[in-house]
Amino acid sequence: MSNLEWTDAAAVDDVPEDDVIGIVVAGRDLALYSAGGEIFATDNICTHGQARLCEGFLEGHEIECPLHQGRFDVRTGQPTCAPVTEAIRSYPVKVEGDRVFLAFA
Amino acid sequence: MSTDTIVIVGTGQAGGWAAQTLRKEGHAGRVVLIGDEPHIPYERPPLSKAVLAGEATAESTYLVKREAFDALALDWRPSVRVTAIDRADRQLRLSAGEPIGYDKLILCNGGRARTLPVPGVDLPGIFTLRNIEDAKALGQVLLPGKRLVVVGGGWIGLEVAATARKKGLAVTVVEAMNRLCERTVPPEISAYLSRLHASHDTQVILGASVAAFARADDGTLVVKLNDGDELVCDVVVIGIGLVPNDELAREAGLACDGGVLVDAQCRTSDADILAAGDVASWHCEWAGRRMRLESWQNAQEQGIAAARSALGIGVRYQPLPWFWSDQYETNLQIYGMPTPAHRVVARGAPDSDSFMLFYLDGNVVSAALGPNVARDLRFARRLIEQRKAIDPDRLADLRVPMSKL
Repeated sequence: MSNLEWTDAAAVDDVPEDDVIGIVVAGRDLALYSAGGEIFATDNICTHGQARLCEGFLEGHEIECPLHQGRFDVRTGQPTCAPVTEAIRSYPVKVEGDRVFLAFA
Repeated sequence: MSTDTIVIVGTGQAGGWAAQTLRKEGHAGRVVLIGDEPHIPYERPPLSKAVLAGEATAESTYLVKREAFDALALDWRPSVRVTAIDRADRQLRLSAGEPIGYDKLILCNGGRARTLPVPGVDLPGIFTLRNIEDAKALGQVLLPGKRLVVVGGGWIGLEVAATARKKGLAVTVVEAMNRLCERTVPPEISAYLSRLHASHDTQVILGASVAAFARADDGTLVVKLNDGDELVCDVVVIGIGLVPNDELAREAGLACDGGVLVDAQCRTSDADILAAGDVASWHCEWAGRRMRLESWQNAQEQGIAAARSALGIGVRYQPLPWFWSDQYETNLQIYGMPTPAHRVVARGAPDSDSFMLFYLDGNVVSAALGPNVARDLRFARRLIEQRKAIDPDRLADLRVPMSKL
């Protein structure tokens, strides 16, 4: 991970505990999650419908799409519940001080 | 598992999810998927919206991409109809090809659009909407400046009306009942829908039924109403509900009553034959009665449950009914089955654009619905599923976040 290029994406405080927000960084529509005290990042648009995951429902490490209630594991982007069958892209995250950095490589 | 050939009839959402689930659960035997459509399994909701509007392709509705479908290694029979179930020999007779034997059979053959038994209903320019080909044909005639009459103020009719208005047609909706979506929503939501469509300059005529269709000399269509009024238009869409395709099951002697009767394991009166989706009639505990649930959720979830049940996995199909409709920028959702026996609590003003109604048994929420409150309704779903007693005053108090209830 040491040679990843990190982009400053948000303040840690921007992401409410056990919740999700939507952000746009480097032209990408992204969802940032705070789950179990850790921050995770994925693309924001569900791989099934055209819904934004940041308007969804975070339960543990699973984000549920607000439109059709498909689910992804926010740690890996893997689909965990129908109707989603395709993984969503997840991004490496690091927290330094009070900032959240993402890697897009 | 001794079962080696499982046949699924129907390539809609229920059939598609049944097939995927059989493979996901490790069934390595033969899976035959028979459908009278040329397409691999797809979802129907976009047909009245993005596909009809020309904003999405037919292929975008496929449950999985073509490569993923091929990877399921199914014996897929497109554009083939099952003409009979021979239960004694456990085989299906087909409109094309040799009969196919089955060890387990899953009926997901859905329904068809109900038509009106009135003169002129077969005239060109009069459409129903059920499948991709219907959506393609209708989409071609929904042209800016044309006049559309929608017969039926239910979900399909209203979604088509909204799509047509967005495409620049003049739209009139004719509904036989005295309010919109009378069969599925309480009066507050019917009123909301009337306001929504009026605000988009759609004329909604309630309590009126169609006596006949005719073609005028100038080529336009005339919709003759029972009260003698006539509506002149270029295109008619009839959206007055669905007729379950239960004839196949009935002719095979399976118990049917406005649908194929199934238990909570999705089994019909023949334990080797299961049914799921629009065609299946089951006892819904949330509604307290036997019913068919014509919804996207039920097609998916019952298809999955039937496949698991066919493999001998214990299932007890009893989902909290969930329904949504998208019209213009409005997303309306319903959890549970509201009935007049419930006590209604409003959160937000029912004459506004965004509000929720809760339906309570005592102090327990058993259904909730509303326009443009998807996220809050997700919290309401949790309340319903937990069957937790709740203070109705807090429920109505917008200062109390739904997440804290």
